[in-house]
Amino acid sequence: MKKLFRRYRNLVIVLAVLAVVSYFNMEFAASVFSISKIQVKEMMLVIPPIFILLGLLDVWISKETMSYHMGEGSGLKGILLALLIGSAAAGPLYGAFPVAAVFMKKGVKFSNVLIFIGAWSTTKIPMFLFEIAALGPAFAVTRLLIDIPGVIIIAQLLSLTVSKKEVDRLYENAQNF
Amino acid sequence: MDIVLYGATAILLGISFMKDKSKTRKALHKAWKSFENILPQFLVVLIFVAVLLTVMDSEMIMKIIGSDSGWVGVLSAAIVGAVTLIPGFVAFPTAAMLLEGGAGYMQIAAFISTLMMVGIVTLPVEMSYFGRRLTIYRNILAFVFSFLVAFIIGQVVTIL
Repeated sequence: MKKLFRRYRNLVIVLAVLAVVSYFNMEFAASVFSISKIQVKEMMLVIPPIFILLGLLDVWISKETMSYHMGEGSGLKGILLALLIGSAAAGPLYGAFPVAAVFMKKGVKFSNVLIFIGAWSTTKIPMFLFEIAALGPAFAVTRLLIDIPGVIIIAQLLSLTVSKKEVDRLYENAQNF
Repeated sequence: MDIVLYGATAILLGISFMKDKSKTRKALHKAWKSFENILPQFLVVLIFVAVLLTVMDSEMIMKIIGSDSGWVGVLSAAIVGAVTLIPGFVAFPTAAMLLEGGAGYMQIAAFISTLMMVGIVTLPVEMSYFGRRLTIYRNILAFVFSFLVAFIIGQVVTIL
């Protein structure tokens, strides 16, 4: 019980602040509440399948298979797979982090984990059609063409800044998720 | 969109269940555990997003990123995109609306790019997976990169 409270402490604090605010400005609090409700709905819609797929991936695909295709020495294939899996994803960026944790657990090369995060964040195929419809093909295609190399370059730059030790620590940390 | 995701999940879950019940149970258990693990942070983030969206309405966004706003507008748009968290299928129509309302292409490109790549409110979630330093680096790089995206899209749209 105590542990549960500690984990949700920040949430309790935020809700308490909000309760105090609502005493002075009901309208503000009501708007916050109704927007939160929409966000929770959206989250509940997208999140469960992502986590179930994650669970299945974790149980069915062995570390050996995963690290063979996307681990150290997987080269171009690993990069392309990371791009493809990230781009196929639906849902907001925060959905990508748990997947990244499973990738780390399965021995995926760190730069490929970062490419996956980048692809998930911005080169999403399902969203691409939406973007064309809303903002036109010139806008959407140009953005995609800049983003693909951009995602790879950012991932390489980031992986240059981390030491082997830090990567090991992150991979160890991923075991807890 | 969601139907595809749900359909694929249901099919895979079904196959998994037929092949090995106990493994499937284990998978579901893992799914729940990793969800519950991150839930408290998610909820706090959601409330922060709601506060932000309450403070910033589209009229205010419009004022900041009109097509005459130049690089200052691009910077503002990038900041707005970085701090907000709007799902894509809401963001694109909103962006289209803003364009019609007089926002510039460069500003919109910066907004869309940071919206998708930079997450200020989700920093705590990201840090718990990637650590503080790497998370900050990634977001800074993505932020800077968005200016390049804005510039190139601005050029391409002008030429076309």
